[in-house]
Amino acid sequence: MKYTFNWSVLWTGQSGHWLLQGVLTTLEISALAWILALGLGILFGALRTVPFRIPRAVGTFYVEFFRNVPLLVWMFFWYFGVPPLLPRAMQDWLFNHGAEFWAGMFALGVYHGARFSEVIRSGIQAIPRTQMEASVAMGLTVPQAYRLVILPIALRLIVPPLTNETLNLLKNSSVALTISVAELTFQTRQIETYTAKAIEALTAGTLIYLVLCVSIASVMGWVERRVAIPGLIVRTG
Amino acid sequence: MDLAVVVNNFRFLIVQGFLGLGNFAGGTLRLAVPAIVLGFGLGIVIGLARLAGAPWIRVPAMMYVEFFRGVPLVMVIFWMWFIVPQLLQRPIPEFGVALTAFVVFEAAYFGEIVRAGVQSVARGQVEAATALGLSRASAMRFVILPQALRNMVPSLVTQMIVLFKDTSLASIIGYVDLTKAAQIVNNREIRPFELYLFIAVVYWACAYAMSRLARRLEHRPSYA
Repeated sequence: MKYTFNWSVLWTGQSGHWLLQGVLTTLEISALAWILALGLGILFGALRTVPFRIPRAVGTFYVEFFRNVPLLVWMFFWYFGVPPLLPRAMQDWLFNHGAEFWAGMFALGVYHGARFSEVIRSGIQAIPRTQMEASVAMGLTVPQAYRLVILPIALRLIVPPLTNETLNLLKNSSVALTISVAELTFQTRQIETYTAKAIEALTAGTLIYLVLCVSIASVMGWVERRVAIPGLIVRTG
Repeated sequence: MDLAVVVNNFRFLIVQGFLGLGNFAGGTLRLAVPAIVLGFGLGIVIGLARLAGAPWIRVPAMMYVEFFRGVPLVMVIFWMWFIVPQLLQRPIPEFGVALTAFVVFEAAYFGEIVRAGVQSVARGQVEAATALGLSRASAMRFVILPQALRNMVPSLVTQMIVLFKDTSLASIIGYVDLTKAAQIVNNREIRPFELYLFIAVVYWACAYAMSRLARRLEHRPSYA
């Protein structure tokens, strides 16, 4: 194998700056998409469990349509397909304010929102039916029962699978490089293009992703311990 | 909305881009099918290695799984793009690069499914097999794996759907799958909304059909 390693490309020139920018963009797009996905996930996950047929069908449609299409296709769709249909003024605003970032964030959030919905639905269904029946018997309306009784329990139950999905979201943010969002993988490729040192650049990017994943997993582990309901949630492993 | 662009390029999109038929280096299914088969094969090896008694087998398998589950697939594809030609000292077509990346990456996920499947088989089965005089290997082959595979079916199909959707990422390195085919047509026709919506529907139809199948298999009675 004829390959001369030169690790100094990672801290000479602009590489360090690029990597830092990449990490920040990855965290920014992931954080915004996570908030969007969690909002959509709670809304549609709850809709899929309510005792009314039409809201349930809406929830099912959202989940089944968005999660069964590759994220990359959604990125292209939201970035290339949708903006030309918007009013002129909105298009101008978007393309002056980083359209690729917003399209990427939206694609990531909506796609993962469908996956979050499934996690939240299974959390709600894990709660004994009697909780709902008791709430209604006490005179709460169905929305009140969800807001005050069901969701607070369900959201605590689902922290472990939610951690998994959060890590998936973070890793999937790398797909945004296809619509030229300058996130971590994009910057890694840029260093490789400028220095022709592929292995060094990819090693740096890979290690940063591993560190991000481990950090997020430990933060979520802390959250899990904080919000656990004694007696209701048995920690395994 | 003008669907003529889809009708006019239907052959290219579906026959070449999706199915990968003909003298043409591309196709979503041509990549997805071997990737699923080989990825599952390697996944069985890794899943069983994670359950091995000897630490020098178990620990590397665990590190393999943890490593690939902590890294984006896009990153792995770029790794293979640079590493495989370097190691073999000759250029590799995109198909080979993409296939290697998918097999190596998905094997980590398949491995976890296999491990969970094997662990789901009741302990009494192992003990009964041992009491009947079967060796560890025979017990695994004739008693544990047949039951484990049946338990794994739903999560296996789910992972296959994930892999099927992930093959769209092969378009990043220039492999002409359905996504790349749509990009090629779009560069000529500039009809992004119709084209990307169309391929979204094609992907959706396949993935949804597979998930319905998974649900049906889930409800099938087990004969173990």
